[in-house]
Amino acid sequence: MKPKIAAQSGTFESSDVIFLIEPLPDNSGRKLDISSTVMQQYGSSFNRIVTEMLDEYQMTDIHLIAKDKGALEPTIKARLETAINRSMERQEGTL
Amino acid sequence: MLNSLGREIPEYIEGIGKLEPFQGALAKLRKGWMSEPTIPAPNRAYLPHQSKLCKSLEEAILRSNPHNGMTVSFHHHLRNGDILLVQTLTILHNMGIREITLASSSLNECHDPILPYLKDRTVTRIFSSGIRNQLGRAIALGILDTPVVIHSHGGRVRGIHTGKIKIDLAIIPASAADCEGNATGSHGKSAFGSIGYAVIDARYAKEVIVVTDNLVDYPCIPLSISQNFIDHVVVVDSIGDASKIATGTTRITKSPMDLRIAKIAADVIEHSGFFVPGFAFQVGAGGASLAVAKFIREKMKTKGIKGSFMLGGITSYCVDMLNDGLFETIFDVQSFDAVVSNSLLNNRRHIEIPAALYANPFNCGCITNKIDVVVLGALEIDVDFNVNVITGSEGYIRGASGGHSDTASGAKLTVVVCPSFRGRIPIIKKRVHTIVTPGETVHVLVTERGICVNPMFPELEENLKRAGLNVKDIHDLEIEVDKITGIPGPLEYTDKIVGIVEYRDGTIIDVIHQIKEK
Repeated sequence: MKPKIAAQSGTFESSDVIFLIEPLPDNSGRKLDISSTVMQQYGSSFNRIVTEMLDEYQMTDIHLIAKDKGALEPTIKARLETAINRSMERQEGTL
Repeated sequence: MLNSLGREIPEYIEGIGKLEPFQGALAKLRKGWMSEPTIPAPNRAYLPHQSKLCKSLEEAILRSNPHNGMTVSFHHHLRNGDILLVQTLTILHNMGIREITLASSSLNECHDPILPYLKDRTVTRIFSSGIRNQLGRAIALGILDTPVVIHSHGGRVRGIHTGKIKIDLAIIPASAADCEGNATGSHGKSAFGSIGYAVIDARYAKEVIVVTDNLVDYPCIPLSISQNFIDHVVVVDSIGDASKIATGTTRITKSPMDLRIAKIAADVIEHSGFFVPGFAFQVGAGGASLAVAKFIREKMKTKGIKGSFMLGGITSYCVDMLNDGLFETIFDVQSFDAVVSNSLLNNRRHIEIPAALYANPFNCGCITNKIDVVVLGALEIDVDFNVNVITGSEGYIRGASGGHSDTASGAKLTVVVCPSFRGRIPIIKKRVHTIVTPGETVHVLVTERGICVNPMFPELEENLKRAGLNVKDIHDLEIEVDKITGIPGPLEYTDKIVGIVEYRDGTIIDVIHQIKEK
């Protein structure tokens, strides 16, 4: 699936992460820009979570920007799920 | 060679000399005297009515025999508002002086501008209790050939009077001074309170320059620094950024996490067996530590307990407790806000002390030896209760040893307060990256998820359990936290040593390795 609109979730606070999603032209695949204050320690786990969730939601033609300030795994998942739903204009349950 | 905490310490480092491994917090002190001799302080002579006043800092430095390889010292009472360290090094750099040893009692963000002087070998060695920001990063990445030496506040005094740090030129900024160099930080537009860290520099440096932005009529009182050690006096427009030197009062944190930790820590102190009339108390100025004072103040009032003295870095909160009559005396080696300067100047029970009296292990007894309860922070703590306050989770130098190991070694109860993780990084480790304070001097760790008592102190654990507090084994808490955060990937280091950490007695407790940049 392709994002319908640009969307975001999360904050720049410590222990949180902010996700920004933009739709890309058809057949562009996925473009990921991930930065994290704990890239050295948790970079691989962060990338794995993002890839798994994008797979789960079958997202494609998506530009995903993540700026992480040490969010825990449940926080990362919740923020990303919200960003994906918002980008699909599924506002219910995303506040 | 391995020290008693299992850290590999080289026997010799070029530019520093032979190293002695750490063998235990009190191992060197037990014999009751020190083998290292005290070096003689330089003798100088001035004629009656000879003027010490110089027109500029440049002139004063020119008169102070600047030369290659010299050691220049500073105090850090101006905190992040200091401008004179950078100015002095710029002057020396422009004079073509090279291979300077920088011996500042600490270094802050405001000293980042000297980074180019590390690159071009104007500065080649550093002694300091703390290094932060760009300097800490550059040093961890290996910018200097000779490792920096991290010392405690007490250890710095020992290092100077045993000649490990041989100061050629001391620059002493003061917020008030007279033409002979009597100086203080307790009044003037740039007042910063106690000048305790600079007293040893004045005594032992070959040349001493007092720099002030407030020349007062002779004599300048109080004589925090006295004229018999001062060679030159310079008047400048400003010694620093007043808004960053000391402002107003220190506020208690509003962070719910810090407040929760502080409240638990206060309960720990209350039930430790050391919360008794006449107890001596020290807290840091940082978030959770200072908040502990707030809860202890309430408990002292409720229980009608009056303490003996407060020590250390003093905040307005300590002054309030003195004025409330909760403590008899404040011993002040460093003041954290503007209100403290007033109290220091006007209240005879608020006493300015030099770093030697505060924490030097090599004398007949520093005041840290008299502490009952001290509350300290930590960047990391391990299951053996060793504390790191110098290197961050990314391996850079970004903190200060300060009085951490001094006060921990003296206190009957050392309470370390910190969150169990920060920004996903667990704070409780199997092994801390760098040991500054040995576990044998840390009694109890307080986190928001529970209290861990060092098994060396079973009576304390018994007291806390009897009071119904949430006491956990530190190994269990470590695993609990790892489950929440996930286990962090390891950092990568090279074999190059970029820093050595001295324990207060001068033995080497740990070394800092160069971090590989990704």
